[in-house]
Amino acid sequence: MYRPILTIKKVLNLSFYLFIILLAACNGNDNTTPGKTGSASSGNDNSLLGAGSTFVYPLFSKQFAEYNKATGVRVNYQSIGSGGGILQLLNKTVDFGDSDAPLNEEQTQNFGVPVLHIPMCSGAVVMSYNLPGLQDTVKLSPEVIANIFLGNIKKWNDPQIVALNGGVSLPNTPIVVAHRSDGSGTTNIFTTYLSKVNSSWEKKPGKGSSINWPVGLGGKGNEGVAGLIKQTPGAIGYIELAYAMQNKMSFAKVQNKSGNFITPSVASTSAAGNVDLPADSKVSLTNTDAVDGYPISGFTWAIIYKEQAYDNRSKGKAENILKLLWWNIHEGQKYCEDLHYAPLSPAAIKVAEAILNSATYNNIPLLQNPA
Amino acid sequence: MQMISKKLPLKKVLFSYKKVRRETTFKNTLVVSAVLMLLLTIGVFFTLVVYSIPSFKALGFHFFWGKTWDPVNNVYGALPFLIGTLLTSFLALIISIPFSYAIAIYLGEYNTKGWLSGALKNIVELVAAVPSVIYGFWALVVLVPVVRNFESKVGIAPYGVGIFSASLVLAVMIIPYAASLGRELIRMVPSDLKEGAYSLGATRYEVLKHVVLPYTKSGLFAGLLLSLGRALGETMAVTMVIGNTTSLPDSIFAPGNTMASVIANEFTEADRSLYLSALIELGLVLFTVTLVINIIGKMIIKKFSNQ
Repeated sequence: MYRPILTIKKVLNLSFYLFIILLAACNGNDNTTPGKTGSASSGNDNSLLGAGSTFVYPLFSKQFAEYNKATGVRVNYQSIGSGGGILQLLNKTVDFGDSDAPLNEEQTQNFGVPVLHIPMCSGAVVMSYNLPGLQDTVKLSPEVIANIFLGNIKKWNDPQIVALNGGVSLPNTPIVVAHRSDGSGTTNIFTTYLSKVNSSWEKKPGKGSSINWPVGLGGKGNEGVAGLIKQTPGAIGYIELAYAMQNKMSFAKVQNKSGNFITPSVASTSAAGNVDLPADSKVSLTNTDAVDGYPISGFTWAIIYKEQAYDNRSKGKAENILKLLWWNIHEGQKYCEDLHYAPLSPAAIKVAEAILNSATYNNIPLLQNPA
Repeated sequence: MQMISKKLPLKKVLFSYKKVRRETTFKNTLVVSAVLMLLLTIGVFFTLVVYSIPSFKALGFHFFWGKTWDPVNNVYGALPFLIGTLLTSFLALIISIPFSYAIAIYLGEYNTKGWLSGALKNIVELVAAVPSVIYGFWALVVLVPVVRNFESKVGIAPYGVGIFSASLVLAVMIIPYAASLGRELIRMVPSDLKEGAYSLGATRYEVLKHVVLPYTKSGLFAGLLLSLGRALGETMAVTMVIGNTTSLPDSIFAPGNTMASVIANEFTEADRSLYLSALIELGLVLFTVTLVINIIGKMIIKKFSNQ
């Protein structure tokens, strides 16, 4: 009997000593790490930290990889969502945030100090649908889109849709609306558009990154909505242009403010941004005045503090941030098109340059570039 | 005795301060680990309470029976999600019971040895280890079209996604929990009892019904509780197939939403403090519901075992 007992004891003893050794090892690590991290955060100007929008992530990772090759500056961007990025910037744990919507009133109040919104690129939201056997591209007007998503138009052969699509035989299929279930900048762009073009939408449900949808099914992420559309005959939903292109989904031509039916594309999205922008660039591009612009599109903005001397930041680090963003809106723009993002229009680049030039370090402008 | 004294030198058996110290240190380590766990749970609960205070102040009890979830106008009512969570979880539990008990009885009583038993046991355990996002994906690609076909044949709106689909995939996910525990318990029924019953002329089914199941019932119930706990908190697979609508479900085939899935969906982009607080309060409700169901379950188990 005593033999097994002895072994159990041995095992216990052994594991106990191991545990103690582990503890000691952990302690040792704890002692050394604070010093290490401390030097990394304050000393290394060549490593920058950003967080925010998931929409812009594929573009940023390409741009930042190229920037690293060109300059040796390392950028770590965490795609945790626009709201999260703004929060991280507010807590000063990142050097820049990125958001698909400008700060709202409450967020602006929380910051208390001026922040800059720098447009990085723009993206479009397309109306994707699933009508098996239909060869022609469906045309939609703002009024019809709003009524579909309000639940007023229930069938594909509704007279309002038929009137827009002369000659196309639309089926008697019930419309199944698909929308994003997660809070998203895409939803924000789409609902902002609907609020602009339809007064009853503006009253209820309104605009935001997640809203109380009157009808429809929710899918998580672009892939969730795309999955619902692909699987359900008669479905219609909104997804990012880039995602729809990469997955070869069919999407509708949408009538813009000038009355033209525009096929969503990188070119027509860029065109939407080629309008007079306000000096702070905080504008929604939806329902654009541009004649050849696609009406459902929007900027994504990098967000930084206007006064860069905060939290004991070095001047070198502040300069690096601005140089990075300057590079993004110039050389970096050439990576947009391959990834189906719309590069900034010349008008937008002018505005972005002026915004970057207004950033300061101890009240002295940081960049000396000619605007 | 002689052998023991030979193998164990006298000085090792003797009282020594070193040994006592080692014993107390070891005991203290165990106590600290256990207390840490307790503190962690209380800490999580406390954090949830503190962060949901703004929402509770603004919305009061309306939060619990409000039917509208409208972030744009800062109106938050959790009732549709509360109902969605309970409906999917209990439906999944009901669907899973026959399967998990059948597996438990088959592996615990009828086929306890051999390659088939071993393979089955391992597969059941594997089913528990598969990440939930894979179940969600499978459900979306395979299960949802099947349900949609069924729905269009019966004549209900053929969405495919909805509470029923979510319950089905949840049922598959929770079967292993009750099945594994049940199998272990059934194998542990003392053979004296079973042999006694056999010697009285009982058939295998009668032994099962009158000896094995009564002997293990509180354990089998505990297995169900474990399954239910898993079902209540499951997020990813559910959110992929439940349809994610904020309206109250009017049938089990209607799309709906659960608390866990709403939190997962909306937390990252909650851009106002009241919105964020409402989501955290939703987490608090989920925490409490799980806790209450567990406590009720424990009480039932206690009642069973005392009989």
